[in-house]
Amino acid sequence: MNPKRKKRLILVLFLVFGAGVSVSLALYALNQNINLFYSPLQIVNGEAPKDTRIRAGGMVVEGSVVRDQQSLHVKFEMTDYAKTVPVEFTGILPDLFREGQGIVAQGSLDAQGVFQAVEVLAKHDENYMPPEVADALEKSGKMPTPPKEAFNK
Amino acid sequence: MAGSNWLPRWFYQLASPRWCYDITGKLLPGFLIAAVLLLVAGLVWALAFAPPDYQQGNSFRIMYIHVPSAILAQSCYMLMAIAGAVGLIWKIKVADMVAFACAPIGASIAVMALATGAIWGKPTWGSWWVWDARLTSMLILLFLYMGVMALYAAMDNETTAAKAASVLSLVGLVNIPIIKYSVEWWNTLHQPATFTLTEKPAMPVEMWLPLLVMVLGFYCFFGVSLMLRLRNEIIRRERRSGWVRELITSR
Repeated sequence: MNPKRKKRLILVLFLVFGAGVSVSLALYALNQNINLFYSPLQIVNGEAPKDTRIRAGGMVVEGSVVRDQQSLHVKFEMTDYAKTVPVEFTGILPDLFREGQGIVAQGSLDAQGVFQAVEVLAKHDENYMPPEVADALEKSGKMPTPPKEAFNK
Repeated sequence: MAGSNWLPRWFYQLASPRWCYDITGKLLPGFLIAAVLLLVAGLVWALAFAPPDYQQGNSFRIMYIHVPSAILAQSCYMLMAIAGAVGLIWKIKVADMVAFACAPIGASIAVMALATGAIWGKPTWGSWWVWDARLTSMLILLFLYMGVMALYAAMDNETTAAKAASVLSLVGLVNIPIIKYSVEWWNTLHQPATFTLTEKPAMPVEMWLPLLVMVLGFYCFFGVSLMLRLRNEIIRRERRSGWVRELITSR
């Protein structure tokens, strides 16, 4: 390789490397802000800001969903297997909302520590399977459950 | 470079516009047939024969367009940046033309990935768009493509334009690992990857095999459109050379 090309190669490598380092430093500094939501643990520990709109994410606790018969009001609990936060929401839930499913809710904490959601989004995992397989796995108790940290990603 | 001969002869010939035009002309029909066969077979298989998902039902089938376009949009970007680097370092005209031809194709595929993602997001998540790390970094990829295209369009001198656009695409290369690992580094609404090279896919074979066919079909389609654009660009830039005149008068 002649010296001119070598010089240009080094310049290009330096450019890519420099851009990589500066962006990763910036992302590292912004780390908390890029996360889409706070976990129940952070909310209970008071790490999430109060009196402002935040997003909270976690799993819907099995058996905790209470639907109001007269309106679209729903109460349920959200957990990250460390702490649990009660959530209240009035509106239409996404099709994938169910107990044991990951969700991301937008809203704010009220004085009683209840998360008043204005929007609930369903989060699904990367596992896909046909309904028959899911039935069979459910019966034999081998349904893949998300690992404890998985919904946090 | 010229001293080492561990690469086949045709590889070096690709650097000459005339030879590149000939070689891509020979490759084009094969890629075209493969693209049509794979895309038709993959689409029919994915839409009619693959089983529905236990939670999402039939709406998960949009994955068969969404995943290949998302993968291809990133591969196309990497090709564009590498071709740009080769053009910068070795001053190979064909490499500049490859980078130039990649940008609009990649941009349209990125639009397709974003659009199918939004259409998929509405029924499953309950929202068309969320500013999470995966979606945002993918949007940045589209903006990078558009920036590269704008740079090419803004400068009359082809060499200067290629230099500026290559530098921008190389700087933007940092976005590719961010897209890939965004779902692991931060918490996002977007689920982690179903496919990784190292692990068993998180779906049964009758679901991922059609997806694999679609991915291959998309790559072949990309090959076809890239070669078409590249051949156009070669003819346009070499229009004053003898071989192009001969080519045109012989038609």
